[in-house]
Amino acid sequence: MTLLAVRQLTAHYGDFQALFGIDFGVAEGETVAVIGANGAGKSTFLRALAGLIATARDSVVFAGRAIGGELAHRVVALGLALVPEGRRLFPSLTVEENLLIGAYAGRPGPWHLERIYALFPILAERRKLQATMLSGGQQQMVAIGRALMSNPRLLLCDEISLGLAPVIVKDIYAALPGIKAEGTSIVVVEQDVGQALQAADRLYCFQEGRIALEGAPRQLTREQIALAYFGV
Amino acid sequence: MPEAAIVAARFDVERGTRASRVAAGLGLLLLVAAVAMPWWGERAGQRLLTEFLYTLALAQMWNLLAGYGGLLSVGQQAFVGLGGYSLVAFGLHAGIDTFLVVPLAGLVAGLVAVPTAAVVFRLRGAYFAVGTWAVAEVFRLLIANSVSLGGGSGLSVTQTVRGMPIWWRESLTLWCAAALGVGATLGVYWLLRSRHGLALTAVRDSEAAAASLGVSVRRIKWCVYIAAAVGCGMAGALIFITKLRISPDAAFSLDWTVVMFFVVVIGGIGTVEGPIVGTLVYFALREVLSDYGSRYLIALGVVAVLFMLWMPRGLWGFVAARCELRFFPVQRRLKLATETQP
Amino acid sequence: MHAWLDTLLQGLMTGGLYALFATGLALSFGVMRMINIAHGDFAILAAFLAVAVAAALELNPFAAMLLVVPAMAALGYGLQRLVLNRTLGKDILPPLLVTFGCAIVIQNLLLEVFSADTRSLDAGSLGTDSLALGGGLAVGVLPLLIMGSAVAVLAALQWLFARSAVGRAFRAASDDAETAQLMGIDNKHVYGLAMAIAMAVVAVAGIYLAIRANVSPTEGPARLIYAFEAVIIGGLGSLWGTLAGGIVLGMAQAIGLRFDPGWGILAGHLAFLAVLVLRPNGLFPRTRDA
Repeated sequence: MTLLAVRQLTAHYGDFQALFGIDFGVAEGETVAVIGANGAGKSTFLRALAGLIATARDSVVFAGRAIGGELAHRVVALGLALVPEGRRLFPSLTVEENLLIGAYAGRPGPWHLERIYALFPILAERRKLQATMLSGGQQQMVAIGRALMSNPRLLLCDEISLGLAPVIVKDIYAALPGIKAEGTSIVVVEQDVGQALQAADRLYCFQEGRIALEGAPRQLTREQIALAYFGV
Repeated sequence: MPEAAIVAARFDVERGTRASRVAAGLGLLLLVAAVAMPWWGERAGQRLLTEFLYTLALAQMWNLLAGYGGLLSVGQQAFVGLGGYSLVAFGLHAGIDTFLVVPLAGLVAGLVAVPTAAVVFRLRGAYFAVGTWAVAEVFRLLIANSVSLGGGSGLSVTQTVRGMPIWWRESLTLWCAAALGVGATLGVYWLLRSRHGLALTAVRDSEAAAASLGVSVRRIKWCVYIAAAVGCGMAGALIFITKLRISPDAAFSLDWTVVMFFVVVIGGIGTVEGPIVGTLVYFALREVLSDYGSRYLIALGVVAVLFMLWMPRGLWGFVAARCELRFFPVQRRLKLATETQP
Repeated sequence: MHAWLDTLLQGLMTGGLYALFATGLALSFGVMRMINIAHGDFAILAAFLAVAVAAALELNPFAAMLLVVPAMAALGYGLQRLVLNRTLGKDILPPLLVTFGCAIVIQNLLLEVFSADTRSLDAGSLGTDSLALGGGLAVGVLPLLIMGSAVAVLAALQWLFARSAVGRAFRAASDDAETAQLMGIDNKHVYGLAMAIAMAVVAVAGIYLAIRANVSPTEGPARLIYAFEAVIIGGLGSLWGTLAGGIVLGMAQAIGLRFDPGWGILAGHLAFLAVLVLRPNGLFPRTRDA
């Protein structure tokens, strides 16, 4: 069943058009990867879905409801959570407070503090520390946990491997199956194609604000992906 | 070697506009008429014009601070007051010629502004605003506690102009006001067209970006602060030459900054024309509403708030954006006439 | 010696009132990163409202406070949502200019309605009673009550910020407004709440001021400056620092006043300037709470 249906989505930063008629979909329980070079419009796309960038109302339909251009704080309450690029933890809040604030929208569901600590045990040890005192990987865990606390039906992850050592990226990606097992659909945006291919059921490749390629990773060849990614 | 295509670009760097040339001509005529007013005008009108011109000078100074320097000062009355009290110190006590006190007052205000800047520049943004205000209060209280300067109840400075024929005094006052009003306007205009103006505009648009381009943000702001203090100090001395009585409450009244604020917000913050338009509107409103007492100030406040919300660039900003009208063009415009020759 | 102890004690007690004035200012800067230039004028507005309500309904000042404080909180919420939220952004000028405009309007509105006469609230014997502390020292019941209120307000806010969901939302919105929205926080509503609290606290301060002394419609700016000085002396972003700042300011004024009646307020300003020069981050710099 379709959870998210995006049709002909466009987005602008002032006079600059960043996205040109994106068609995109996520099924219930599916993990979808979005890859593409720097500046291809991946982050803009996620920000538009999360309500941070104005879009046409009908261009985003989530769980049967048109939510394009809805205010960001309402989008979360409907069950669509974004792990923003660069983690964006609240520096004046502790680890635990960062997680608790994720539950501000008050959606019921399987995720609560103890469940997050079970998923990322290291965070339980560091719960009283200021969030910004953690290592990059641990901060990323807080950012993911914080988004999960809103019990989303769809979790959007923007470049969660950015700036992290490969071994730590592996740790973080290891958490995705556990999240998926709760029935949460996931969209991961990555520049790291290998990582994305392993985790995803389906893949979209963005190029200059348009979708250049779509398909299941197993059905796509390296050459196809390289062409769609670099456009050469 | 292949024959290179030669691109001959002919262009003019246009700094003036037709509007600016018309304005310059018109302005000159108005200025001549204003300066000659003692010979053709009546005294009430002459006093009003004097007030108009020094209000314009104050507004230009505040516009320079807030509109270009990004320094929101709520304490410019500090320098108006210091200028006024320079009149007491130099004119009354030292017996220096009254109108020579005006430039002297600017000097005093500028000198006092140096240590003041050292203190208030420790505060940023919103805190700077209230900090300047606190400093103005300090000056007010210091003078209110100085018996030789008249203490809290103030004193008359009529003595400074005694013996001067009234026609001569009022004419000189008007000419001084004209020099300040026109001087402030042209001074800001000249500053903006200079190399420093470019830096100032960069600072206004983005402090971080300007700093990364090697503009010393702090120094520019410091210069603007000192310059505005000098201007306000000179205007302050002149104001109390016209009033002939000074007290700490009147000299360091917040109302001076309120007027500057109102004029600049209505007219258009960050434009040279804005304060002129704003001063005109302010005087017009005052004439119309003067019978209403404090209700007139309520109306002014409401108008200012509405302007900030719906027309944040003021009347002039609104007009200029739609009509491409600039009497004081500060930007250089490139007019291209490109031909490609084989 | 005894006289000096008495001076310091009175200064300490004045500090409680200054802290109440300063708290709202610290709160609105802490959450919205804006300074309400009309802060003091709203305090005076609340005082005059209480005078009017007490006279019209024949209430005692504390009953009037119970009516006026919620009304001021509602006004604060409305002002933030309808006016001030529209001015927030990268540029710091608009909120300052708009609240400056509000200050002019409120002052002249009060002059128009209440004339330039000073007013006060009569709290009966409470206004004059005092407690003997031994050694000839005495402290007024009212100043003690005000100090107690200041401590109670600060403790409540401390709890709110540190422990409650709304407090976390305040801090999150202050840290990073955009990401706060991603958490389901409606920033505009949160800012409205913060302004409502700030306005309620400053209303309490204004009403206490009118019980203690005569207030005039044009007194708001002076109150803003004292509040601001208390915040800076205490250290930006520190709730308890505002109490310390208020006390330092109150004591400096009391000491100045002992030397010469004209030097009281000036001594307060000089204490502020001294802190600004010597310790620009205040006595208790901390940016975590508030």
